[in-house]
Amino acid sequence: MPAKHLGLVVIGFIMLYPVLWMIVSSLRPGDEIFRNPGLILDSLQTENYTEGWNALNPSFGTYLLNSTILVLGCIIGNLVSCSMAAYAFARLNFSGKRWWFGIMLGTIMLPVHVIIVPQYVLFSQAGWVNTFLPLIVPKILATDAFFVFLMVQFIRGLPRELDEAARIDGCGHPRIFAQIVLPLMKPALATTTIFTFIWTWNDFFTQLIYLTDPEMYTVPVALRSFVDSTVATSWGSQFAMSVVSLVPIFLAFLIGQRYLVKGIATTGGK
Amino acid sequence: MSENSGTAVLDPPVDDRPAAAPVRRKRKRHKHNLAGYAFLTPWLIGLFAFTLIPMVYSLYLSLTKFNLLTAPQWIGIENYTRLFSDPRYLQSIKVTLLYVVTSVPLKLAAALLVAVALNRGLKALGFYRATFYLPSLLGASVAVSVMWRQIFSRDGLVNQFLGLFGVQGADWIGDPRFALWTLVLLSGWQFGTPMLIFLAGLKQLPQDLYEAAAIDGAGRFTVFFKITLPLLSPMVFFNLVLETINAFQTFTPAYVISNGLGGPIDSTLLYTLYLYLKGFGSMQMGYASAMAWVLFAVIGLFTAIYFWSARKWVNYAD
Repeated sequence: MPAKHLGLVVIGFIMLYPVLWMIVSSLRPGDEIFRNPGLILDSLQTENYTEGWNALNPSFGTYLLNSTILVLGCIIGNLVSCSMAAYAFARLNFSGKRWWFGIMLGTIMLPVHVIIVPQYVLFSQAGWVNTFLPLIVPKILATDAFFVFLMVQFIRGLPRELDEAARIDGCGHPRIFAQIVLPLMKPALATTTIFTFIWTWNDFFTQLIYLTDPEMYTVPVALRSFVDSTVATSWGSQFAMSVVSLVPIFLAFLIGQRYLVKGIATTGGK
Repeated sequence: MSENSGTAVLDPPVDDRPAAAPVRRKRKRHKHNLAGYAFLTPWLIGLFAFTLIPMVYSLYLSLTKFNLLTAPQWIGIENYTRLFSDPRYLQSIKVTLLYVVTSVPLKLAAALLVAVALNRGLKALGFYRATFYLPSLLGASVAVSVMWRQIFSRDGLVNQFLGLFGVQGADWIGDPRFALWTLVLLSGWQFGTPMLIFLAGLKQLPQDLYEAAAIDGAGRFTVFFKITLPLLSPMVFFNLVLETINAFQTFTPAYVISNGLGGPIDSTLLYTLYLYLKGFGSMQMGYASAMAWVLFAVIGLFTAIYFWSARKWVNYAD
């Protein structure tokens, strides 16, 4: 192996070692976690998985389903609302645009903690605690300004000729948006989908606050409650459920790697 | 973005055109107020309902005593003055500042080093990039925090390795001297996002400077510090701002690794964890709101310092 690869391979291996070891350990008998730092499996034990899956009531399947519902809601919300706002900012000329655009950029930087208490008051008065509404409704209303910004950047890069031609042909803005701009925005929509998927799947803070009924737990909240409820000796089943919870992220990464890399490079580079 | 706004009316009409042209021109420049605000409606509702009004309400709550069950009771700036005589609050500030000023440079240094190492026309670039980026995606999850808790526990992976060399490792998570550093390390492990931004920047650097440096016989360190780093400084700045803002808001690993308490002896009591404990643990929502505004101010202060210092070290030559 050439010298310039050696260092990178070693660093990469060390970085991924804990994750690989966690996967291997989840397939070992429980007590081996404390004495086997290696990666070689002698036998394949799945009892950690069955034990972890059924450790809480309801079982882990419910949490996976809850997270899936939540993620889908957030993805649809972000795609629809952020693309509409982005179209307005990138293509339409209206009074006060500059002002609103500045505010939109400002909200990207706003720490969620500044608004979480009033939001909680609002949602608990509406009876929305222990539903997914406090987590999905804000997305339907484009509060994820990062994605608005990402899409504005993308639409600005699209040639104007097509939508101007359509306008001369008498197309209104809804049709130009739906039939010309949206189809051209597929890469930006894909990037938004994948980032929303991963961020929502991983998000812990807001889900911890709004979901306190075990029936409504999502994966991160359930996992954390599982860790809390078990004694330190059950690392095996904790590892098993951790692995289960990381599989969707890993799949999203495999499928959407291209969009993730591009999304970060363009928003970072501008 | 709206360079035409407001000037359309002042433009002299163009009269050497067919009769229809001014009409179309006018239509083209016409402000799309109705369409604009129609497309903006969901965002505007969200902005007011979930951001602006909550901000105002939060500011008001920070001046009250409020436990969600009874009406807020006005106490003026008492929450703010109480903050600075609350030893746990001061501890959380200390812990958070220490976390920010160590984890951010560590993360950016790792990101820059690996990005430079990758930017040498490697064949397997895509593979390496994926390998180093993956921890950034996994790292924010509860699962990785659970993993980290095991790795650095008394009989965890790290100590098992140390044991192979006959070294008895500490109880990293359970020892207040080390617990915070396991969080810093977890943050450093996730250098993939800034690395991608650096890589994108490195690809755009002009090659002629490097050729000139090679002709002059400049060494690798000279090239890095005299050419690469100054040219890349806008990206360093961008990453620094972004990662600082993120670091101040770190919550999940501190919560999971310390079992939601910030221990041992408050050594991992990051700011947002204490805010959560006050606001949603003991329902002191006025106090938590005051904490949130101080956090906002501190983040704003850091960002302002970065922007103020930028003219001294950020190179916007192009």
